[in-house]
Amino acid sequence: MDAQPMNALEKIQRQIQWNRLIAVVEEQAQTMIRTAFSTTVREAGDLSAGIFDLKGRMLAQAVTGTPGHVNSMMESVGHFLAKFPAETMKPGDHYITNDPWLGTGHLHDLTVVSPAFRQGKIVGLFANTAHVIDVGGLGMGPEGRSVFEEGMYIPIVKCFDQGRANETFFDFIRAGSRTPVELEGDVYSLCACNDAGIKRLVEMLDEFGMDSIDPLAAYIFDSSLAATIAEIRKLPRGTYSASIRSDGYEAPVTLKAAMTLHEDHITVDFAGTSGLSGRGINVPAAYCRAYSCFGIKCVVAPEIPNNWASLAPFRMEIPEGCILNAPRPFPVSVRHVTGQLLPDLMMGCLHQVVPDRVTAEGSSCLWNPPLRGGGQVSGAAAELPDFEVITFNSGGTGARPAKDGLDGTAFPSGVRTMPVEATENVAPVVFWKKELRPDSAGAGRTRGGFGQIMEIGTKGEAEFAVNAIFDRVANAPRGRDGGGDGAPGWVGLDDGTPLRTKGYQVVPKGRRLLLKLPGGGGMGDPAERDPGLVERDIADGLVTARP
Amino acid sequence: MPSARLASDIGGTFTDLALERDGERWTAKVLTTPHAPELGVLEGIRVVLDKAGLRPADVALFIHGTTLATNAVIERKGARTALLTTEGFRDVLALGNESRYDQYDLNIELPRPLVPRRWRLPVPERLDNEGKVLLPLDEAALRRQIAFMKAEGIESVAIGFLHAFVNPAHERRAAEILAEEWPEVRVSLSSEVSPEMREWERFSTTVANAYVQPLMASYLGRLQQGLAEGGFACPFFMMLSGGGLTTVETAARFPIRLVESGPAGGAIFSAHVARQRGLSKVLSFDMGGTTAKVCLIDDFQPQASRSFEVARVGRFKKGSGLPLRIPVIEMVEIGAGGGSLAQVDALGRIQVGPESAGADPGPACYGRGGTRPAVTDANLALGRYEPALFAGGQFPLQVPPALAALEEHVGGRLGLAPEMAALGVVEMVDENMANAARVHAIESGKGYEGRAIIAFGGGGPVHGYRVAEKIGVSRMLVPSGAGVGSAIGFLRAPVGYEVVKSLYQRFRSFDVAAVNGLLGAMSAEARSVVEQGSFGARLAESRIAYMRYVGQGHEISVALPARDLTEADIAAIRADYDAEYSRFYDRPVPGSDVEILSFAVTVATVLPEVAPAGAVEEAPAPSPIRHQAVRDTTDGTVADWAVYDREHLSPGATLAGPCIVAEAETSTLVGPGWTCRMDALGYLELFKEAA
Repeated sequence: MDAQPMNALEKIQRQIQWNRLIAVVEEQAQTMIRTAFSTTVREAGDLSAGIFDLKGRMLAQAVTGTPGHVNSMMESVGHFLAKFPAETMKPGDHYITNDPWLGTGHLHDLTVVSPAFRQGKIVGLFANTAHVIDVGGLGMGPEGRSVFEEGMYIPIVKCFDQGRANETFFDFIRAGSRTPVELEGDVYSLCACNDAGIKRLVEMLDEFGMDSIDPLAAYIFDSSLAATIAEIRKLPRGTYSASIRSDGYEAPVTLKAAMTLHEDHITVDFAGTSGLSGRGINVPAAYCRAYSCFGIKCVVAPEIPNNWASLAPFRMEIPEGCILNAPRPFPVSVRHVTGQLLPDLMMGCLHQVVPDRVTAEGSSCLWNPPLRGGGQVSGAAAELPDFEVITFNSGGTGARPAKDGLDGTAFPSGVRTMPVEATENVAPVVFWKKELRPDSAGAGRTRGGFGQIMEIGTKGEAEFAVNAIFDRVANAPRGRDGGGDGAPGWVGLDDGTPLRTKGYQVVPKGRRLLLKLPGGGGMGDPAERDPGLVERDIADGLVTARP
Repeated sequence: MPSARLASDIGGTFTDLALERDGERWTAKVLTTPHAPELGVLEGIRVVLDKAGLRPADVALFIHGTTLATNAVIERKGARTALLTTEGFRDVLALGNESRYDQYDLNIELPRPLVPRRWRLPVPERLDNEGKVLLPLDEAALRRQIAFMKAEGIESVAIGFLHAFVNPAHERRAAEILAEEWPEVRVSLSSEVSPEMREWERFSTTVANAYVQPLMASYLGRLQQGLAEGGFACPFFMMLSGGGLTTVETAARFPIRLVESGPAGGAIFSAHVARQRGLSKVLSFDMGGTTAKVCLIDDFQPQASRSFEVARVGRFKKGSGLPLRIPVIEMVEIGAGGGSLAQVDALGRIQVGPESAGADPGPACYGRGGTRPAVTDANLALGRYEPALFAGGQFPLQVPPALAALEEHVGGRLGLAPEMAALGVVEMVDENMANAARVHAIESGKGYEGRAIIAFGGGGPVHGYRVAEKIGVSRMLVPSGAGVGSAIGFLRAPVGYEVVKSLYQRFRSFDVAAVNGLLGAMSAEARSVVEQGSFGARLAESRIAYMRYVGQGHEISVALPARDLTEADIAAIRADYDAEYSRFYDRPVPGSDVEILSFAVTVATVLPEVAPAGAVEEAPAPSPIRHQAVRDTTDGTVADWAVYDREHLSPGATLAGPCIVAEAETSTLVGPGWTCRMDALGYLELFKEAA
């Protein structure tokens, strides 16, 4: 055969192989969803999965998953390799950690890394991350004053040694969790999911007669980098700044960013951002990079798949000791409540460059009420069995340039919520209301998405507690280009008594928890809005007063 | 004594007919008549009866399937529908699962609920998760909402209350009051349409049922009348999405169960072929003009599921449609067909579909003005089709526009000659289909080892062998009659009905009496539906429990004995679960209790025994009708492939690949390393020797 068609064929086959690799990591993620125990993984989809080369560079990531793990999991594999070099790994090994600084930012996220072997030779690594329901400590919430209070801390260790469970490890984690069966089951699931990836990768290498994934990695990295840079080049060079305020815990928090668009990369400098909090709303640097990258990527290069090279042109300078670069052992349990504002901050910078490609600010931070009751809250006076439950809920997203924001939909988080009927089956809680919140959307040529109202009690109206992690109450989501702000959130009791937006609080017997989730900001002058759409919202009872 | 059996399947473009009597079969295709679909059906019946020389009185049974309900939902042409729902929950349909189906696209559209907020009407009432009343139904408030609905000109009412699947009392009382105050309005209850946990899915299904019900009831009435006027006195059955047949009366009550009847017919067709050939593990692969559908069939039963999405707004993306919780045959549909368009993305990668050239202008090679390359153009450029003889010569293809389109949109951008660009397009679409099949198997907890492909549709026999290679399958069947496979499938379906109900159980506290009570009631319900149409045929019942480890999210189905359970059965069921779980995930989880979420009872007529295909004597291979220069997609080389006419093959004839077996509706490609043999039934059977 002459060289010409062979070259052309190789070119095509590399594309096919890349496509296959993305299917391999998708199978990996689907295996986790099918086998996981924690509702956070199987119902909410709070997970990620990917394949890496032996230098710890990510080649492909499953589409299924949530952005908070983007490139925080990616950085994580390098830390595993630093402790357990590739040449020491054996087939059937699985390594695990929940170190917020070596993983994805809080103790509730487990990351598992597993080597893939073919014909006795290590060819690559599979990694995945999942948010598990309980790792002991104070539980999910902002109250910890150091990471040591937030739960048990798993350094990078082997959980399976050449296919054999490390029973000492499993003894420890079972003993340290309120939900030992689920936690152990989840670890098994994470390992099974990497095993599925390994099996498929080996089949793929056999099929294509590949000894190594390195030439494919080089092709993926070259194409991705070139495509990402091409998108960056289309943007005008310069530095664009924005800031955003969040409610914080003990004091309001300011996040500041100066984004510089270079010829072939983008840097974001977070100088001027508030200092550390004494509570768990601090963000480890990897998580800050993850959500900042996600925000930029949605605008600049949404079509390019995630891998080491497509994310490499986005560089973050995060001053040490600011709330976005918390050092160990600062508490970080609910880092999402700060970190999920980062895409809004990035879009605040990019709005000055490509105003027709960004959205207005949205509710952004998940409004997840962690609820607890029974003896843990009421002691001997408890009327209910002990329970611990969390649902994942969202306010409205920001208006889009040509479309309204989405009502009660998670952004930037990629999680799903659980049905009320399912939640009421696992805990003695009763949701009395969960519906859209009228008049909460920021007005505009396109309006924001509507928030929600949720009213929650228990069977028999007993006492229970909420470990509040809510934001956008004192600082509403802002509109852009003349669009109005979304309605701020509100946290309190059904009799109108306000509660703090963060921290452990008891809902007394006979009362219910009332949450009003923020609406998204609007975009453009409300006077330019299609009158037909205004009439529709009025007829639907979502807008009660004519503008 | 009438003995002919007649089936019709209404598709988007064509209405297919199949008629059988005494082992003989006639088929017909007529254009679908969207404004009054019964006219196309009646016309098709006339055509096919003429072909067979039969009269209406000769027809003993008529089976019908239609996409009418699906189209009404996709095109939003259903009834003015209202939803009466628990106060505080009027936005369940709008909130869905509060998520986006695409993480990076800031401009996604979410599916719009079928009922706008102004007609989602709250009524004070509340049950808890055990069905106990927390707040009684406010009947006065309900009556006010009825007055409002009348004033709004509502035509169909859905009732969806929280936890109604545990205790339907409030829904039933609301329906009684509706019947009193407004006897003519149609009512769908969530506790009847889809009695399962998860309010979004249940309400969405109930609303969709209400939305299509007036339309379907009137259509079925007109069709029945047309048949009666045409002199048909035979029983009339409808094909369900779950693969069984039901009476017109049941279909009119639960029309949402008809949505996927066409594809279900295709899967039943494959299952029948599998039974004829004794193939216990099969992948049904149906590739048409815009989509490919794959379905796993084990032990001659297409894989069953209870969740389906209709009217996806995000181009086949999971999560972008309206959820329906009904018995369906589980299949994956992806945007990969002959008309799927190819392009090069920002990363220099070839992308194929889901955008399709459609029928007009169609692929570039149709010569109707299409300038973008489709899969059909790529197949042509690889030399797989003889341009003058495509579709039996009725429809000659043009090579130059195909090459020009490939050059402009793919080859030129990648530095590839058009023929190599064509190779890239075909490999990519085959890869996409293989990947979808692989991920589908994972989601279903199944594998491809020892599986055979049954390929049909215009593209299935063309692409099948390469998809087989990619998923590691080395055996493929191309049955005859594949052009009207769904309609033939209808003739092979049992009269059956499935009832699904939720009843939460844990193994450590298994309530045998409660479970037996529920299963007995479900069995009686299913039998009463089936007996309307079984005419004394023998019935078989199967019972399934959907089980998982306590705390897990996805259930595995485990068969239960079709009789009252005893304490002694519990350990055996638990053991079956563990075996089933380990089969898919290697490691059972130590120390976990197992829970049951719901039960399904299916009652169906027992299918007649299928005579297994007999052995055949070796028969001589016919002479090829021509040779074509075909480019191989694995190594890029060009070789002369012999082309045979399928009609020249006799059972037992064996052909060595690479070659092509041409017929009017499609071509079967026998790849290098494959062997093709015609079996006793006239099906093509392809084998690949282990490399």
